[in-house]
Parts: sequence; structure tokens; C-alpha cells
Amino acid sequence: MFKAFLIKYGEIGIKGKNRHLFEDALVQQIKYALRPVEGDFLISKEQGRIYIEALGEYDDAEAVERLACVFGIVGICPVVLTEEGGFEKLAEDVLAYLDARYPDKNKTFKVNTRRAKKSYPLTSMEVNAALGERILEAFPEMKVDVHCPDIMVNVEIRKQINIYSETVPGPGGMPVGTNGKGMLLLSGGIDSPVAGYMIAKRGVKLDAVYFHAPPYTSERAKQKVVDLAKIVAKYAGPIYLKVVNFTEIQMYIYEKCPHEELTIIMRRYMMRIAEEFARETNSLGLITGESIGQVASQTMQSLAATDEVCQIPVYRPLIGFDKQEIIEVSEKIGTYETSILPYEDCCTIFVAKHPVTKPNLKIIRRSETHLEEKIAELVKAAIETAETIVVEADV
Amino acid sequence: MEAYFDNAATTRCSDGAREVMVRALSEDYGNPSSLHQKGMEGENYIKTAAKHIGRTLKASESELIFTSGGTESNNLAILGAAMANKRAGMHLITTKIEHPAVAAPMKYLEGQGFSVTWLDVNKEGQIFLEQLEEAITPETILASIMYVNNEIGAVEPIAEAGAIIKAKNPGTLFHVDAIQAYGKYKVHPKNLGIDMMSVSGHKIHGPKGTGFLYVKERTKLKPAIYGGGQQRGMRSGTENVPGIAGMGQAAKEAYEQFSHKQEHMYQLKEAFLAGIAGMGWAYVNGPAGREGAPHIISLSVEGVRSEVLLHALEERQVYVSAGSACSSNKPAPSSTLQAIHAGEASLGSTIRISFSPGNTLEEVGYCLDTLKGLVPMLQKFTRH
Repeated sequence: MFKAFLIKYGEIGIKGKNRHLFEDALVQQIKYALRPVEGDFLISKEQGRIYIEALGEYDDAEAVERLACVFGIVGICPVVLTEEGGFEKLAEDVLAYLDARYPDKNKTFKVNTRRAKKSYPLTSMEVNAALGERILEAFPEMKVDVHCPDIMVNVEIRKQINIYSETVPGPGGMPVGTNGKGMLLLSGGIDSPVAGYMIAKRGVKLDAVYFHAPPYTSERAKQKVVDLAKIVAKYAGPIYLKVVNFTEIQMYIYEKCPHEELTIIMRRYMMRIAEEFARETNSLGLITGESIGQVASQTMQSLAATDEVCQIPVYRPLIGFDKQEIIEVSEKIGTYETSILPYEDCCTIFVAKHPVTKPNLKIIRRSETHLEEKIAELVKAAIETAETIVVEADV
Repeated sequence: MEAYFDNAATTRCSDGAREVMVRALSEDYGNPSSLHQKGMEGENYIKTAAKHIGRTLKASESELIFTSGGTESNNLAILGAAMANKRAGMHLITTKIEHPAVAAPMKYLEGQGFSVTWLDVNKEGQIFLEQLEEAITPETILASIMYVNNEIGAVEPIAEAGAIIKAKNPGTLFHVDAIQAYGKYKVHPKNLGIDMMSVSGHKIHGPKGTGFLYVKERTKLKPAIYGGGQQRGMRSGTENVPGIAGMGQAAKEAYEQFSHKQEHMYQLKEAFLAGIAGMGWAYVNGPAGREGAPHIISLSVEGVRSEVLLHALEERQVYVSAGSACSSNKPAPSSTLQAIHAGEASLGSTIRISFSPGNTLEEVGYCLDTLKGLVPMLQKFTRH
């Protein structure tokens, strides 16, 4: 039925001179999102909006589902396009549309016409009135309500005539790629994919790094992280995932440092390695899924201790979220089911019974001096041997 | 060197089985129910497989129901017998060390109003025959006891159990899960008092998705799958001709030069146990040596989590299981290890090594060397 979609975008519209940059990025993201949908689409920018027109047969439910993952889109309106052929034809088209779309006619409505093509013989107000009259004649159960209608019948008179009445909500945010790139520390847990999603929503492109510790973590644990990255890529576009073998470093820390400081020191090395990758690939910050006080390594003191080793900003979009709130987002974006698969990741395997919750920076630094002999070499090796996986969303 | 020691989980499909399957898939692909020549060709594959299998069991071809594997065979036997005989009584008997494919249908029946006696086992994983005898009542319609335990290789006294059951209540049906026994022992159900017996194809170098249930003539059983009435109405649905043919071929091969193969597996097991004997950190669960099955060793390694050891071995191309492969995705302690009262520590640090006749002494040596090199290193890094 619908041959086109009208894409509504929110805050891009209020950008100034560089608005076109945001619009172009959004068009790119829409093209990428529609790639797996069978059919050809013509995507055009026109007078402050984006149109997607299908050039043949396609699955409109699938297209809407894909579009609902594109950041920057606030609403998706499935539109019926008809040729301009005088008011009589317009009225017939609108009645046919309403009849097909709303089998239950016991509803209130309002007609809202916009006349972009000023050569059209009737003004917007005249079209509103005339169409309203015809609708009331054809469907006597329907009533007019100009303040709070059940159905807002939008009619836009352009080169072709657009008829639509529904808006499917989009995810909001800004088109990915308009706000630089960040390096996400991705684990197999619930939080980090959500953190990636939230930062990507603000237009940031994502790279990611995962630390695995074979044989303490399995191939399946790694596959789980790749699967999570795939889901995030549905929203954020392709993700370059670095997989770092962290076993040697972890065992070395375990041997040389007090066990209750293990997690903090380990995390400091993860941050250092992630920052190194961020520099190599022009990421402007690190992204983690930490939330204050969730576990011992996420107290204010612990976060300060991990922050200390970073030169670039560390973004923690979940910092004020409760676990339940994080879970709600992960369920919404579809990562939850994968996150809870029971494979251990490297943060949990050597955890001490009573890790420090208020690490003293001086003591942590002193403990790290015990590592001086080999750590630089181990970090270098870990960086050099890291595997890069290009993760694309499943088609 | 590669050492695949996870043969109790699954085996490599034999070349002979693969060849007959390819023929059944691409040349003689007729539906056995079709009346034309092609249909008859398909049917012939099933007849041949039934003949091969029947010979190994000393059973008639009409006593076999082909299924999708061990789990379906166990379900059909337990649920089918319970449903068909519930008017005679609502009491069932099984053991505490059964595979989930037996334990879960039993639990389901418990929820449906049946009462189930769960037999204890000793340190070696064997049932107490007196307890079995006491448990049988006039209401007992079914006793299900596994032949070889899949986790520790315990061999149950099936012949004695069969005699006791039939003496105490001739009406009680005796089902045996022989999935880890078939191909490792000569199993002749009629001599053992067995009424129903489950077997899986892929444990004996046949294809996955295949199995059968032996059902003694005139046993009352209700089908679980209804439809076109194939397999005498006991298991409707077009027969998995290639799978059945492959399993039949694998069954035939398993019993060729049988005593030689069995002896070879015992030797592998003995070499492994001898190699591990001096190691203070290794402990073997269940029966040692020839009292246990020839192909299964359950090994607890002190201070090393089984998953970690498994992945460390995997890095060196040695493939084993952590507990039983079928339940390794849910980290629950094994009910078999709990039933034999294995120590708390060994519940989480047990691996299963399982052989096939194709394994070699060199592979065992390699696995031992690998273990000796790895374990002390892994023990240094334990969680505490």
C-alpha cells in the first residue's frame, strides 16, 4: 500500500549552516539500513525532509523495522503517493486510503493540508474544508475534532500528493558519524553494549575492544561478544572489534600484585591498551558501561583510579543508571538475551573474595611498580597480536 | 598431534556409513512408502539396516523402531510405556544417575501423578540390587536403568536387575538406556530380560539425528508421534532413509572384529590410568579398570576448574568434555557425581575422557604429557 516513507528528524532541523552535513549523514545511514531489504529505494532530500520512495515491490514492515534502528530519525510516516489530477481525484484517493487503513470508522479526525506546490488552485484551508466535508459524507460515523483527533489526515500537495496519518517512532538521536568516533570497551555483560548504543545514538561511530583470556575464557565467550557487537552494529553501523589476548598480563598481575587489587590494576591496563588503540584509529574517547557503585571496581574511588591512566576522555553513559534501568534498555535494543548467556569473561575469573572498594592511588601505583620488569613488553605484545574483526549487522 | 577424546559426546561418521548415506541421498532417494521402484529401493536401505542391527542384538527386525536419536528413544520408551500401561499401575523405578533424556521424562511423569523411585548408587556408580528388589511392587509398570553411565563409565548389573524385576513382577517392563553401551559391549536384550532398549547412531560412528528403540514383541507401548502410520504406526513420518542406512552400516562395522576393538579401548584406558597414577593431583571417579566401560574415564583434577582445563587442552588439540557434554552449557553440578558422593571440590573440576577404537596409544601419551605440563601451571592461578 505504502510506496514511500516520510522521515521526520528532530534536532538536526535546528542546526545552523552545517545542517546539510547532518542530513547527508542521515541519508547515508538510511541507505545502509535499507541495504538488506529487498527492493530499490530512491532517497531524496526535499524542503527540509527526507523521502524514501520504493521503486518496486518490497516488504514495508521490514523496511520500517530497519528504519526504526537509524539514529537521527524521530518518526517514520508511511505515505501513500498519488498523482495530482484535480480535487475530485484527491478526494477519492483520501477516501480510499481511510477506508483501507481504518476498518473501524468510529473515530474523530482532522485534515491537515500543506500546499508546497503553490500553483494548486485551492488554498490549504479550502482543501481542509472540502476534504472534511467529503469524509463526513462518505463515512457518517466519523466526527471532526480539530484539537485532539484520533486520526490526523495529512495531505501534502507537492509534485505528487502525499497522504499519511501515522507516525512510527524512530530512535531519535543524531546520525552516526556526525560526532566523531569512540572506542568501546566491550565485554560479554549487559552494560557495555548498552553504553555503546547510547553513545552511538549521539552520532558517534564505534570501534570496540574485547579482552579475552584463553583458556580461562572460551571461544564461545568470544563469539558471544562478536554476537553482541553485531546487535549494536544494527544501530551503530559496522564496528571494528579488536580482540586482545589478555591472559599473560592478567597472570603476571596475579603473580606480582596483591590479589585484592587485581581487578583495579587489570582495569588500568585495559584502559591503557584501549587508549593505545584509540590513538591508532583516531577515536576521541573511551566508552565504558560503568555505573557508580555497581561493583567494587565502579566506586567513585575505583573509577578515579582507572581514569588516572587515561589521557583521553572516558565516557560512561550509564553512570547514573540502576541495573534495572540498564536491563530495560538492553531488552529494548535486543542485547539482553545474548548478554545473559553463561560464559565467563576475563573480569570474573580471578576475582578476589574481598576486592578493594576504595583503592588508594598511591598504593595502587606502588603495586604497579612490581610489574616494571615485564609489563611493558607484555602490553606491547598484546597490542601487536590483537586480532581485528570487522563486525557488521546480520542481514 | 590431535587427540579427539570426546567420543562419548559424539564420534566421527565412518567412511562406510557416509558412503551408503550419499547413495541413499543422491541415487536411491525414493520414499519407502511410494509404490514404485524408487520407493522400494528406499525401503531396501531400511531393511538392510534393520538386518544389520537385528543381528548385533539377536533380535528380529520387526522389534526395531527407528528414531531421531537416543533422547527420542528414551522418551518413547518411558512416556509410551507409562501411557499404555497406567491402568496396571502408576509406579516407576529409575536411578539417580540417569542421563537427562531419562530423568526429565521421569520427572514429567511425576508431575502427571505417577510415583517414581530413584535408586541410589554406590561409590562406583552401581545400583544396589536389594534396593531394586524392595522397590518393585504390584503397581510397578516400568523400571528404567542405564547400561553404562555416560559420565563415569559405571556399568550396571543389567542381567541381574532383569532377573530380579521379572521374578518379582513379571508385568513390570524393563527399559535400558544402552546409548553408551551399544558398540562397546555385546548386548542381547532377550538374554538380559530387557523389554525396551535405547541406542543412538552418532555414538557408534553413525550420523547424528539417528537412533532406535528395541521393543520386544508384544510390549504395550503408545506412540509419541502420530501421522501416516509408518513403522507399524509406532513412529509416523517418512523414515530418515540415509540416516537409518548410515546407522545400520555403522552398527555392522562396530561389531566387526569386536573383541579386538574392545581390547584396544581397554588398553588405551589402562595406559591412561597408569600414566596418571603417580600424579597427586588426579583422581579417577567411578570404577577403575575393566569394571568400568572400556571407553570412559572421569578425572577430577585438584584445584583446576574443568572448563579452564578443557580450553587449555583444546589449545593443544586435545578434546575432552567437562562433565557430560549434553549438560555442559548449564553450569549445574552433575547429578551423577553428586550421587556417587564425589567431593564438593571435584564437582567443578572433573573432565571426561572418552575413547573410540580409532584412538591410539600415541594420542594417549600426548594427552598425558600435555596434562602433566598444564596442570601445575593452571593450579597456580586458581580462584580463591
